[in-house]
Amino acid sequence: MADGIGASVKRKEDFRFLTGRGTYVDDINRPGQLYAHILRSPHPHASLKRIDTAKAKAASGVVAVFTGADLANDKIGGLPCGWGVKFKDDSPMKEPAHPVLAIDKVRHVGDPIAVVIANSRAEAKDAAELIAVDYQQLPAVPTIADALKKGSAAIHAEAPDNVCYDWHIGDKSAVDSAFGRAHKVAKLDLVNNRLVPNAMEPRAAIGDFDMASGDYTLYTTSQNPHVIRLLMGAFVLHIPESKLRVVAPDVGGGFGSKIFHYAEEAIVTWADGKVKRPIKWTADRTESFVSDAHGRDHVTHAELALDANGKFLALRVATQANLGAYLSSFAPAVPTYLYATLLAGCYATPAVYAEVKAVFTNTVPVDAYRGAGRPEASFLLERLVDVAAKVSGLDRVEIRRRNFIPNDAFPYQTPVAVQYDSGNYHATLDQALKGSDWAGFKARQAEAKKRGKLRGIGISTYIEACGVAPSNVAGALGARAGLYEVANVRVNPTGSVTIFTGTHSHGQGHETTFAQLVADRLGIGIDQVEISHGDTGKVPFGMGTYGSRSLAVGGSALVKAMDKIVAKGKKIAAHLMEAAEADIEFKDGKFSVAGTDKSKSFGDIALTAYVPHNYPLDVLEPGLDETAFYDPKNFTFPAGCHIAEVEIDPDTGNTTLVNFTAVDDVGRVINPMIVEGQVQGGVAQGVGQALLESCVYDKNGQLISGSMTDYTMPRADNLPNVGVSTHVTLCAHNPLGVKGCGEVGSIGSPPAIINAIVDALSEYGVGHVEMPATPLRVWQTIQAAKGKKAA
Amino acid sequence: MPQVSLTVNGKKASAEVESRTLLVQLLREKLGLTGTHVGCDTSQCGACVVHVNGKSVKSCTILAVQCQGADVLTIEGVAKPDGTLHPMQNAFRENHGLQCGFCTPGMVMSALDLVKNNASPSEREIREWLEGNLCRCTGYHNIVKSIEAGAAAMRK
Repeated sequence: MADGIGASVKRKEDFRFLTGRGTYVDDINRPGQLYAHILRSPHPHASLKRIDTAKAKAASGVVAVFTGADLANDKIGGLPCGWGVKFKDDSPMKEPAHPVLAIDKVRHVGDPIAVVIANSRAEAKDAAELIAVDYQQLPAVPTIADALKKGSAAIHAEAPDNVCYDWHIGDKSAVDSAFGRAHKVAKLDLVNNRLVPNAMEPRAAIGDFDMASGDYTLYTTSQNPHVIRLLMGAFVLHIPESKLRVVAPDVGGGFGSKIFHYAEEAIVTWADGKVKRPIKWTADRTESFVSDAHGRDHVTHAELALDANGKFLALRVATQANLGAYLSSFAPAVPTYLYATLLAGCYATPAVYAEVKAVFTNTVPVDAYRGAGRPEASFLLERLVDVAAKVSGLDRVEIRRRNFIPNDAFPYQTPVAVQYDSGNYHATLDQALKGSDWAGFKARQAEAKKRGKLRGIGISTYIEACGVAPSNVAGALGARAGLYEVANVRVNPTGSVTIFTGTHSHGQGHETTFAQLVADRLGIGIDQVEISHGDTGKVPFGMGTYGSRSLAVGGSALVKAMDKIVAKGKKIAAHLMEAAEADIEFKDGKFSVAGTDKSKSFGDIALTAYVPHNYPLDVLEPGLDETAFYDPKNFTFPAGCHIAEVEIDPDTGNTTLVNFTAVDDVGRVINPMIVEGQVQGGVAQGVGQALLESCVYDKNGQLISGSMTDYTMPRADNLPNVGVSTHVTLCAHNPLGVKGCGEVGSIGSPPAIINAIVDALSEYGVGHVEMPATPLRVWQTIQAAKGKKAA
Repeated sequence: MPQVSLTVNGKKASAEVESRTLLVQLLREKLGLTGTHVGCDTSQCGACVVHVNGKSVKSCTILAVQCQGADVLTIEGVAKPDGTLHPMQNAFRENHGLQCGFCTPGMVMSALDLVKNNASPSEREIREWLEGNLCRCTGYHNIVKSIEAGAAAMRK
């Protein structure tokens, strides 16, 4: 098929977006709709003494004002956490309540306190200013160090030391003994900077209660509407699934931040049942900064033991992770099972031990953001390998080659729980070295020096795990849900096909890619295929889109459902052509009898299934509509090599990313154009983390990077063109051989960039630069290094 | 409440607005033109760019009442009425210059104003022109390529 697997098909979804006809949540208006505005805490940590809403209730256009007490009266539950992690002694993590609206305490700037519902946005906003809240301020605990300080204020009574869990993985004694016989040890302390996801569409939610049926509909900016229905219906509002429909229409980017069940979804759904009118809430961007889950925020000490040949003997990692004020939906998994399980990287390190202490702070909750745990792992490891090269006197490329898991070692069991199914790390490395003209770097560096610029080159050979996840494995690791995916293939009577997928597309182009899979398998044109997603009222079930899982898990479910369609089609064809079922072949949209010229088109079979006048009704049901649930056998393990080249102006510290080369093994590529776009976008977010972005709280717990004026988003002139290519090894355990491409860019790029900066500054003896490497930070690093040299 | 009358995408429109109503609110909430988006509240993101009297303007940063009598073009007015895409829109599609689509209307409107002023912008000029438009999905690479291709198609 021209539009099948491997073709750069132009996207089916583009027409509506290019003509302003997309339908995002805030574009939807329901008859009689009211508007919600949420009053949020201006304080990071305070007791709520009294909330007086009388004046707000009496204000013009106001229909209702609700506080946490009203929710408590209705026995509304707190926001649930979907993943449990254990302490080293196997005791459960501390899991304090996460009220939808604050009850007696606020724990971060932006913590919701009350909701005003009015005829217009402006009236709701105006009235919120009339709510009088009596706060008794408590000492703020904004950082990991603050949280762990002896005598710090406790954010939750359940965790008096602010520790949520102190977890570990790996064989500590094997690691300790390896360090005992090490020839050299590389050591590094580093920070993984806190980030704000900032999808371009702010979150929004509309609650729409139907009095006639008693049904609730929630329109929400979500990556996984079925998960929201499950979490909100079962744990918060106690509405059965049969009475609750969740619709996530066009969604303007997610990057993880729209996975989670947020308070505002529960607020509008519950409140519209109270006031019996639809209610819309749309975040201001400033509100997004204090209410969307943030990402990253780790502090780590790591050590790598090497033998005399530069072979890695063991890795020891101690990480402290900031979870924010409450446990967001999947927060506990991010610094543990999505992080420490990747610490073997691409290397055959025989022993790894990691311990992770996760703490509560008076900051916005932290959860998955593009890469989720894996960027933290790759940054640590790829920086540390560069340090190891230095201490052992080996070339940065050579030390990687020496330690790569060999091509013939797959499947490869790492010492940190996961088993890699396939990969070829030498091939992606070679391709990237060539693509970046690594060999010609010295000449470019010398040329830059003539212009007074310091030029550096950096490499990262990363791995990641995606395609989450085998349900039994995830369950054993603490997940409180299954992680399979669902596809329903509805062949319509005239042969067109509608696919209902439990994954969700918010930029990834599934309406095109999934249609290509159908075109390829069923032999029909992609214009004959519609992909429907994002509506629990249409799609049977699903776990949504995150962790680069859509093709690996959702696409596999689709293949499985199409296999059922073909199998049933063969039975129908056998009947029609009076042949044995075993003799029917299906190829290029035709069912034919092997060895004859007899055939029936896919459309003929579809029509027969729905108009079963000549049909084996005694043994076969009419219709051609099949559903499959696919539970993956393993994670998938995309890997690759990213190479960054920077130029630094030593007088200003200004760092320019001049070249970037990404070579990624994402498994089989369905649509190369879309894969390139995903990698470029991921790299841009990695560049943002490495050079520009940082979420900063001051010592009083105020968010000082709380708007797009203060938080540096990457702009077009911050980025070079990014050279993207792939080197494919197939995933060994899913039917498409796909691995996932959504996160590789943000996982592989930050260490490559920082390694390039450290390389550029090597003449000053600089060993490490924290992210973001802003001009100020780079300049200060240069000045400090000069000072040290002079002294 | 003040009454504003203006031309939007070639058609006369008028609405009662509060004095504080922004042009983007008038377009989205009163006139149902939801293709113009709001991505921030500090005039940084450019998702709301429209043309007012032939110039690109962030419609979150101008009051509706300032647009009395103005000629406004939004993304909905760029393609031909029969749905044929403008060469710039088509270039975004051909070059995968959009992913989630949320910043896209602002990008296209901004690109059209660039080409109006500079028929053959270089890559560097395009990147600098886009200083007021944020995209979180694409890394800009394909947006820049789209605008180069769109400008070339418009020169034909």
